[in-house]
Amino acid sequence: MKKCVAGLLLGLFTTAAVAATPVPTIEEMWAIIQQQQAEIDQLKAQLASADEEIKETNVKVEATASAVEAGMASGGKSLASSWTERTQIGSYGEMHYNNLDDNNDNGGDKDEIDFHRFVFFLGHDFSERTRFFSEVELEHSISGDDQNGEVELEQAYIEHDLTDSTHIKAGLFLLPIGILNQTHEPNTFYGVERNNVEKNIIPTTWWEGGLALDGEIAPGWSYETTFTSGLKLDAEDGDYKIRDGRQKVSKANASDFAYTANLKYTGIAGLEVGATVQYQEDLYQGDYDQDVDAMLYSAHVAWRNGPFGLRALGATWDIDNAINGIKEGADEQEGWYIEPSWLVMRDLGVFARYSEWDNQAGSSDDTDINQWDVGVNYWLEENVVFKLDYQWQDAPDDKKELDGLNLGVGWSF
Amino acid sequence: MNATCTSRRLGRGLMVVILWMAAFSAAGEEYLGRDEFLDLACGDSQPEMHTLWVTEEMRTAATAAVGWMPNALRLRYWQEGSCTAWILEDIGKIKPITLGIVVSGNRIERVEVLAFRESRGWEIRYPFFTGQFNGLTLADDGYLSQPIDGITGATLSVRAVERVARLALWLDAQVQS
Repeated sequence: MKKCVAGLLLGLFTTAAVAATPVPTIEEMWAIIQQQQAEIDQLKAQLASADEEIKETNVKVEATASAVEAGMASGGKSLASSWTERTQIGSYGEMHYNNLDDNNDNGGDKDEIDFHRFVFFLGHDFSERTRFFSEVELEHSISGDDQNGEVELEQAYIEHDLTDSTHIKAGLFLLPIGILNQTHEPNTFYGVERNNVEKNIIPTTWWEGGLALDGEIAPGWSYETTFTSGLKLDAEDGDYKIRDGRQKVSKANASDFAYTANLKYTGIAGLEVGATVQYQEDLYQGDYDQDVDAMLYSAHVAWRNGPFGLRALGATWDIDNAINGIKEGADEQEGWYIEPSWLVMRDLGVFARYSEWDNQAGSSDDTDINQWDVGVNYWLEENVVFKLDYQWQDAPDDKKELDGLNLGVGWSF
Repeated sequence: MNATCTSRRLGRGLMVVILWMAAFSAAGEEYLGRDEFLDLACGDSQPEMHTLWVTEEMRTAATAAVGWMPNALRLRYWQEGSCTAWILEDIGKIKPITLGIVVSGNRIERVEVLAFRESRGWEIRYPFFTGQFNGLTLADDGYLSQPIDGITGATLSVRAVERVARLALWLDAQVQS
């Protein structure tokens, strides 16, 4: 009962206290509303300003990212640098171990390790349409008097786009003949050594100085034509092999020129079919009793379907028979090879190659050499390769007949 | 006059024919522009541009999965539903190739070469080559689900396209998850 009385008294007291608080007048209410509206307006303005600042910050972040990325692209040397962005470098190289026996005992035994090639690329874009490209090669590791190697300028030319699909080159460049002459990075072909047909008949690596025009005729069809310095064989030394005629654009005798035309079809994935004709005005550059003009015909196919690959090439020289006065049968020099391959795994491939070549094919004597190769490529990385192969040669008695093992390591980037 | 002379004359005739063809082939050909690529990317709808910021964690994961990540702080991509379009660059032999890759449903839907700057290997832009990528997915080992038939003389450019395609598939999976 006491609790009920206490509760009643408390309720009455509270009601009396509320009734005592003054109710705001309409004017006071209006003032409060106006004050709150002002605060809302102020908050809205602050929000708009914050939005603007966020947008500005985003723009600054994007600009900073672009500048940093530009710095990354230029090697971080300078954010303003554009020279480095337009300059490219690269390299390829290969070291070989050859353990070969000369079955004919003509002094050809070979048991050596050789850093065969170290190549450095340098390119520069003068503009979107004009560029420079060069390759400098150190062969056999060391050059100089009485040394085995040499430093060679293998490419150095200016290329200009006449249109998007037509380009003109001037300078020193690789001729468009065969499979390996223009593309010979070691990770792109099977076998430690380059095949002997493209070495002795084409003869890879073959560069000349002059002009070239290349481009596309239609989708899948391309051409390259060149007007260049020619070969020069030394009549006094009795030279007749095509490979001995390379002047390498080193104070090259330019009495007589060479004209090359190449046509290529690459319109099906994995397939390349190419053919080249070349005319040499005089292989002796006027130093022999009479002009010795010559015609080279070369054709090749390179096909890859899944893990299976096939390369085949044939090349033949038709030379004025005056050359027979220097070496009998040298008016015809020819060769061919066929090379099936199988990519057993993504990074492991095997191949076999049969090749024949003859620098005196016009002779009735037995002068041709043939060779079998079988081997394996292992790509440690896409552009790093280890190679192993074994070769068997069959050669005339007066020539080296080399059988044995080859090992190699190569890269490109 | 003998067979040899006739042969050389024929050879010279062949050269003249090729030179003649060359002289009449100097017609320009334009590569696909960015806007044209995006118009083709995701059906009738224009995909919306997004930015993917490349964190160190993402770079590490991409390198582990597909072997590389561009040296960039962020990548632009365009998205419409499950379709993403990527414009990425990689070096062929010595110069960058700009590629547009469309991925939809974890499969490559389209590969386009937007810019090719090397002097050899331009064949990679033709449908007979790019069409091989259509429908391919990213295999568990980080490579494409089917091998690609290459182009002789353009090995490095072909590998660059494969690398970019693998990365686009991986990036698509990241933004779709």
